[in-house]
Amino acid sequence: MDIIVEKLIKSYGLQKAVDNISFKVKTGEILGFLGPNGAGKTTTMKAISTFLIPDSGNIFVGNYSVTKNAEDVKQNIGYLPENNPLYEDMPVIDYLKFVGELQGISKDGIYDSLLNVIDTCGLEAEKHKKISELSKGYKQRVGLAQALIHNPEVLILDEPTTGLDPNQIVEIRDLIRQIGKEKTVILSSHILAEVEATCDRILIINKGKIVADDTTIDLRKQAQGNDIVNVKVEGGDINEIYEELKNLPGALIVDIVDSENYRFQIDSVPKSSIAKSVFNACVRNNWVLTELIPIETKLEDIFKELTTE
Amino acid sequence: MTKIWIITKRELQSYFDSLMAYILLILFLGFSGFFTWLYGSDIFFIKQATLMPFFNIAYWTLFFFIPALTMRLLSEENRMGTIELLLTKPVSNWQVVVAKYLASLLLIIIAFLLTTPYIISVSSMGNLDMGQVFSGYLALVLFSSMMIGIGLFTSSIGSNQIVSYLLALFIGIFFQVIFQMLGQGLVGLSGHILDYLSTVSHFESMIRGVIDSRDVIFFAGITFLSLVFAEIMLIKKRFA
Repeated sequence: MDIIVEKLIKSYGLQKAVDNISFKVKTGEILGFLGPNGAGKTTTMKAISTFLIPDSGNIFVGNYSVTKNAEDVKQNIGYLPENNPLYEDMPVIDYLKFVGELQGISKDGIYDSLLNVIDTCGLEAEKHKKISELSKGYKQRVGLAQALIHNPEVLILDEPTTGLDPNQIVEIRDLIRQIGKEKTVILSSHILAEVEATCDRILIINKGKIVADDTTIDLRKQAQGNDIVNVKVEGGDINEIYEELKNLPGALIVDIVDSENYRFQIDSVPKSSIAKSVFNACVRNNWVLTELIPIETKLEDIFKELTTE
Repeated sequence: MTKIWIITKRELQSYFDSLMAYILLILFLGFSGFFTWLYGSDIFFIKQATLMPFFNIAYWTLFFFIPALTMRLLSEENRMGTIELLLTKPVSNWQVVVAKYLASLLLIIIAFLLTTPYIISVSSMGNLDMGQVFSGYLALVLFSSMMIGIGLFTSSIGSNQIVSYLLALFIGIFFQVIFQMLGQGLVGLSGHILDYLSTVSHFESMIRGVIDSRDVIFFAGITFLSLVFAEIMLIKKRFA
């Protein structure tokens, strides 16, 4: 099921939280929603989940509109809200059964569905515990399980990995990727590495407007300028080394980062195989190359560039 | 209807799991039992086989207890954010409100069922008018229903349980006392309207055994209006 957001506008008082956003997510795609705090990520997701009613614009989930066919939309989406609210006084299995019944799963089907999500989300050992007794990671799994119980076509996950430890983050990510193969998934995060690791496509939003919408690879390419390497060369005079490096073919700017430890940063023309030239220069002069670190343009830099004035 | 029942069932379960239900039942039975049988103008004092003392005590007991029962129904959902989960499931705002109303009402009805020994005891002492007993219990159910409606509405306003409790008492006291007092001082239409809005006259005629449609409509009307207001508060949140 595709999700189509059309000219969505939503204000809180005078402040426009979401300002005329349009985008489309195709079936089988995992879309990462990035943006600084207060950019409008949660508002957009709340609108897709039918919880918030937009000021103007429309959202379609499949052929259903959130304003006209809210019940059908609700039937087809699984939603994990921000901060993962749960009825803490209920045991896990009772809670999941309650959600399953609300989603209209029949009496015959409910136990299969329960076993299924408990298995997928790894809740087998915890299923009889009260939700309030669970650790944050397991609560998050319960949140995910309740979103998955009716096997929805569309998943809306608002910051699914906040507060988890690194191992749990990896597990939840794997889970999302696995689920995302046949479903449409939108997930928000402000952890860039996470979005990069999980999503096919990234949408960066700032102050209620979309500032970038591309695949991770293309976004990287777009921001990539010069190839940068950090090198450490020992066994020679620092000025000699500096001169030699500066005269290498392809080298644009050479900086002495740390003169005591003979560290340099070299900006070079892309694809000029600067590493090879550095190595050859060292061999020629009998210097020892002890470090050579290529610096990648990080998604962080793109993010920073797009979301600050 | 099944959706409503699913939520009602959960709420009832939650009442019993959190001990709220047991505390309420014990307090209600203890309180009304004490004043009905042991203290003040109790049943033995008036030397008549009637449950009037019980109905009068229960009237005030319920007034203070019901807001305690309803105060967390929606305010807690607002505070925890679970309302967002609930309303993004295939249920309507109205279904949520009605389901929560029914859960409280069922608990109150359970409390009333536990007072059947009162009926048996009194009827063994003299000639108890069963019609009056029925009418009295109906009055209690209707009055409870109205208080639950008001409590549910005040619970829907914010995310603080205490505020919800106090606000319900504040609104309730208008119907209990203030409208009646104001109505006595006024003549003409406004006097009549205020008099009609006071619960006391409706309640008293019902516990005497008179079931008048005007009284039933009064309680049902206030209940319905309160539930509509609660629903409006839920809808308002989605436009915020």
